[in-house]
Amino acid sequence: MSQLTANKTMSRKTKNFFELALIYIVVAIAFVIIFYPLLWALGVSLNPGRGLYGASMIPENWSLDHYRWLFTDPRSNYLLWYRNTLAVSASVAFFGTLITALTAYAFSRYRFKGRKNGLYAFLLVQMFPVLMAMVALYILLNTIGLLDSLFGLAIIYVGGSIPMNAFLVKGYFDTLPRELDESAKIDGAGHFRIFFQILLPLAKPILAVVALFNFMSPLMDFILPRIVIRSPEKYTLALGLYNFVNDQFSNNFTRFAAGAMLVAIPVAILYLFLQKYLITGLSSGATKG
Amino acid sequence: MSTNNQIKDKQNNLEQNQSKHNPTLAAILSIVPGLGQIYNKRYIKGAVLFIFFAAFAVVMLEFITSGLHGLVTLGEVPREDDSRVFLSNGILALIFSAFYIAFYILNISDAHKDAKKIQAGWKVTGILEGFRNAWDSSFPYFLVGPGLILLIFVVIFPLLFMGFIAFTNYNLYNAPPRHLLEWVGFENFTRLFTIREWRTTFVSVLSWTLVWTFVATTLQIALAMFLAILTNDKRLKFKRVIRTVFILPWAVPSFVTIIVFSALFNDNFGAINVEIIQPLFNTMIPWMTNSTWTRVALIMIQVWLGFPYVYALFTGVLTGISNDWYEAADIDGASRWQKFTSITFPHLMFATAPLLIMQYSFNFNNFNVIYLFNEGGPALRGQTAGGTDILISWIYGLTFNNQQFNMAAAISLILGLIVATFAFLQFRRSRSFKEEGTF
Repeated sequence: MSQLTANKTMSRKTKNFFELALIYIVVAIAFVIIFYPLLWALGVSLNPGRGLYGASMIPENWSLDHYRWLFTDPRSNYLLWYRNTLAVSASVAFFGTLITALTAYAFSRYRFKGRKNGLYAFLLVQMFPVLMAMVALYILLNTIGLLDSLFGLAIIYVGGSIPMNAFLVKGYFDTLPRELDESAKIDGAGHFRIFFQILLPLAKPILAVVALFNFMSPLMDFILPRIVIRSPEKYTLALGLYNFVNDQFSNNFTRFAAGAMLVAIPVAILYLFLQKYLITGLSSGATKG
Repeated sequence: MSTNNQIKDKQNNLEQNQSKHNPTLAAILSIVPGLGQIYNKRYIKGAVLFIFFAAFAVVMLEFITSGLHGLVTLGEVPREDDSRVFLSNGILALIFSAFYIAFYILNISDAHKDAKKIQAGWKVTGILEGFRNAWDSSFPYFLVGPGLILLIFVVIFPLLFMGFIAFTNYNLYNAPPRHLLEWVGFENFTRLFTIREWRTTFVSVLSWTLVWTFVATTLQIALAMFLAILTNDKRLKFKRVIRTVFILPWAVPSFVTIIVFSALFNDNFGAINVEIIQPLFNTMIPWMTNSTWTRVALIMIQVWLGFPYVYALFTGVLTGISNDWYEAADIDGASRWQKFTSITFPHLMFATAPLLIMQYSFNFNNFNVIYLFNEGGPALRGQTAGGTDILISWIYGLTFNNQQFNMAAAISLILGLIVATFAFLQFRRSRSFKEEGTF
């Protein structure tokens, strides 16, 4: 009898062991597939040569030449691109989030004529990416001559981000108890006071998410700058780096890799630090909104 | 005593006046903006409204009439009139007149409403209180205003412009300012469906777009679910590290990884062919020059790029599922598969369905991965779309490479219709819509 139970626990133990081993193997394979392209790009960026051909993941005589070129060569606009991108990103993050929060506040807390239709309109517009109107943007910007301006680029980002984010924030505002602002109103607080001193602090998580997304879109996006921006000293990072590869593919890939690393590493670190915020903010906005 | 009487008299008078006060008359008077409000004895409001409307009419009338006229003709003198300017001014005129009409109707209904309140015995408030009320009731409009204006000029105006272009003959050979544009009705759409090259291209691009959306997104979700359940195992160690690594592809900017992948998949000296395929199978796979292989590569890349976000969502849900469910299932002797289908899977779907649907619509318009990987290529003979072009990247090619603006706009409109139908069906079912009426 005892022999039998011992056998059973034995077999369960081995089964346990194999299962766990299998899980670890799957995880290990996933790790390899995730890390390989990233580490390969890092390795290539340290190759002294310029071409893709002959570049290897573990360079024999590694060098920081490409990084040095980006920062010191007079022909390099890299720092300028970095500054352009950060300027656009920061202003989109600030103004986009502010306007979004104001709009969401109105839709969440006030009952006014046209509110329902406004919500429908936002829902509808949210489904159409700005990209869909690129024919029009291209022709229009060409006609008016608003091409080649970082200001115009930032405005398009802010406008395009409003409908979707306003819904996210409105959904979050809806979950905050209305008694809070009602009691503040009784205490004599005005509209703006309620907004800035009561709702905004409570909505920090979702605002952080919206601000981060607004900040990221100019960093990640390459198609809109490609339509709007013409002169190399006004490029954003994504556009400038793309041109390294696009001009002569095999010639500048290592330089692209170096420039890309300097974008990817800080962004990745930021994302990993804020991942909890990002995911809870996103899912709460979608399920409650 | 006498003063008291006087006051009483006045009150009587007032009540009589009030019952005589006629809302219909107020509304009719409001045909001249402000007059109805003056009839309601709200003099300042009336004056402000009148000045506002009059000023708008004086300033904008010329612009609106000439704009609408230009929208009809699209210019009359070749080489001098720029049809594009006429078109955009016409759309602006449309937007402005829509606003004017909306305000006009609001003005009439406002006079009518106030008059009704007066009839019911409401006293017209003093100036100060009136201001405060006006501030209170118009406050939400101030909040929405900046966003709305931006939205109109950045999103709605270009979309309208595109919609109109779809009905003109604007292409490389007939481009302003050298030529005038003309309205051609539905000709672009009929061409798309009747001329053979256009029709076959359209059908093949559309079907690949649908296949791409469905396969890439579903694989991405399936892989995420598999890994999330696997790494939720209690016996597993280093969970934090594993989860962080699994989110990494989401954290790295996608334009970087896509370009890196396009180098890795390079036919002749990409690492995938040189290091893996060549030694193992002794051939080279034409990743970049054969449509089918490019499609396979694209789907794999998109799964790599897209699974981490869904994985993170699923992991969040999984850690939130109470253990009681599984214990109860254990007592009932449920198998692992049964636990998955009746506990885990429903939980995951219930919590994340709207976000998953968003993943599908994102991939439907996922321009970046298609364009950055191989610019929609490889190019195919006899058609304007490459072998992996989806609708949105085809539109891009038509606009920037072929300058077929009219056809690009027509296809954009069709794309928009698809998206709108999908969105409508989705939102009718979503919770945000239903909950709207509850408070």
